Amino acid sequence: MARITAGVATSHVPAIGAALDNGKAEDPYWQPLFAGYEASKAWIAAEQPDVIILVYNDHASAFSLELIPTFAIGCADQFAPADEGWGPRPVPVVKGHPTLAWHLAETLILDEFDMTIVNAMDVDHGLTVPLSLMFGQPDAWPCPVIPLAVNVVQYPPPTGHRCYKLGKAIRRAVESFPEDLKVVIFGTGGMSHQLQGPRAGLINTAFDTAFLDRLIDDPVGQAMVPHIDYVREAGSEAIELVMWLIMRGALNETVRVAHRFYHVPASNTAVGHLILENA
Amino acid sequence: MTDNPFDDIPGTTLFDSGQSRLGYHLNMFCMSLMKADNRGAFKADQRAYLDRWPMTEAQKQAVLKRDWNGMIALGGNIYFTAKIAATDGLSFRQIAAEMSGVSEPEYARMMLDGGRPIDGNRSRTEPR
Repeated sequence: MARITAGVATSHVPAIGAALDNGKAEDPYWQPLFAGYEASKAWIAAEQPDVIILVYNDHASAFSLELIPTFAIGCADQFAPADEGWGPRPVPVVKGHPTLAWHLAETLILDEFDMTIVNAMDVDHGLTVPLSLMFGQPDAWPCPVIPLAVNVVQYPPPTGHRCYKLGKAIRRAVESFPEDLKVVIFGTGGMSHQLQGPRAGLINTAFDTAFLDRLIDDPVGQAMVPHIDYVREAGSEAIELVMWLIMRGALNETVRVAHRFYHVPASNTAVGHLILENA
Repeated sequence: MTDNPFDDIPGTTLFDSGQSRLGYHLNMFCMSLMKADNRGAFKADQRAYLDRWPMTEAQKQAVLKRDWNGMIALGGNIYFTAKIAATDGLSFRQIAAEMSGVSEPEYARMMLDGGRPIDGNRSRTEPR
């Protein structure tokens, strides 16, 4: 049977991708950020997942305002990097895992999570930056990736509680897949940041630290935190953090922290990162 | 004051149903700038390109003046309006500085120093 062995949480700031793509990773501004992911690259090289389920949000790349799915799962053979206005990132095409993705879609829908099935979709920095942070700059990504896109652009996004429950349902669905696969789930976005208006540039390290602590030790409590607390305390775009609860819900109640990292700033954003193993 | 608790958060516009309806065509115009041909057409004659979209005159003026906060007030969403900045070759930091009313070096310095602090920025009722 397939099983989820670990979860990875990370911010997905577009400027991180641009820094890597433009050879700036060693610049004094960026070096401390990338140094925080050296242990992560070693960890995932040793972990060798067969498949990654990558929870992220699209930023008006694949989905405009014409169609706004709350939860969408990519079932295609592959997903091309999106042109976000200055040409696609020079990163490998993302290979999907259609059999597991379709199994997840079917199982989740029958488990009362009404997923939108996506057969054609480009993937933007929300998905590719986490892969770059964990794998560097390979010629091909080392394993298939199932994109799971969550709406966090149009208010309201799904609640933290709904996300946490979706994580649990994803775990059940993975464990009902007959093939013996090792699956790692990523939750991405955040941490504190606001990109719009007079309050742009907001960072709240105390909020971020408490969120990281609670995601590890009290995810059920964190799942009950309402949207307004994220927006007020950590910025309008920090609402992305609900996606980390999907990852957390897919893990055991008790987890072992394999790696934890926090850095300010990456462009306009606080970067947080966790690797959690099922204890 | 309104009944919407989000309205108490200073300097922040929630992209809710009202904003989304108000800004639909403005945001869809921004979305069109994802294509290189459209970026070229917009740059060649901005007014003519904007006139292809059923936007309000105020929205078109906000775009022409690159009034980033004005676009948000008129229903723009930052992920969409940022596509205009990308078309102009502006960095996100440049428009973030403009939206928050400081120079780009001041904004960059603030971020390096740990970002805009939350104290004083939680609520409109908070002492500033």
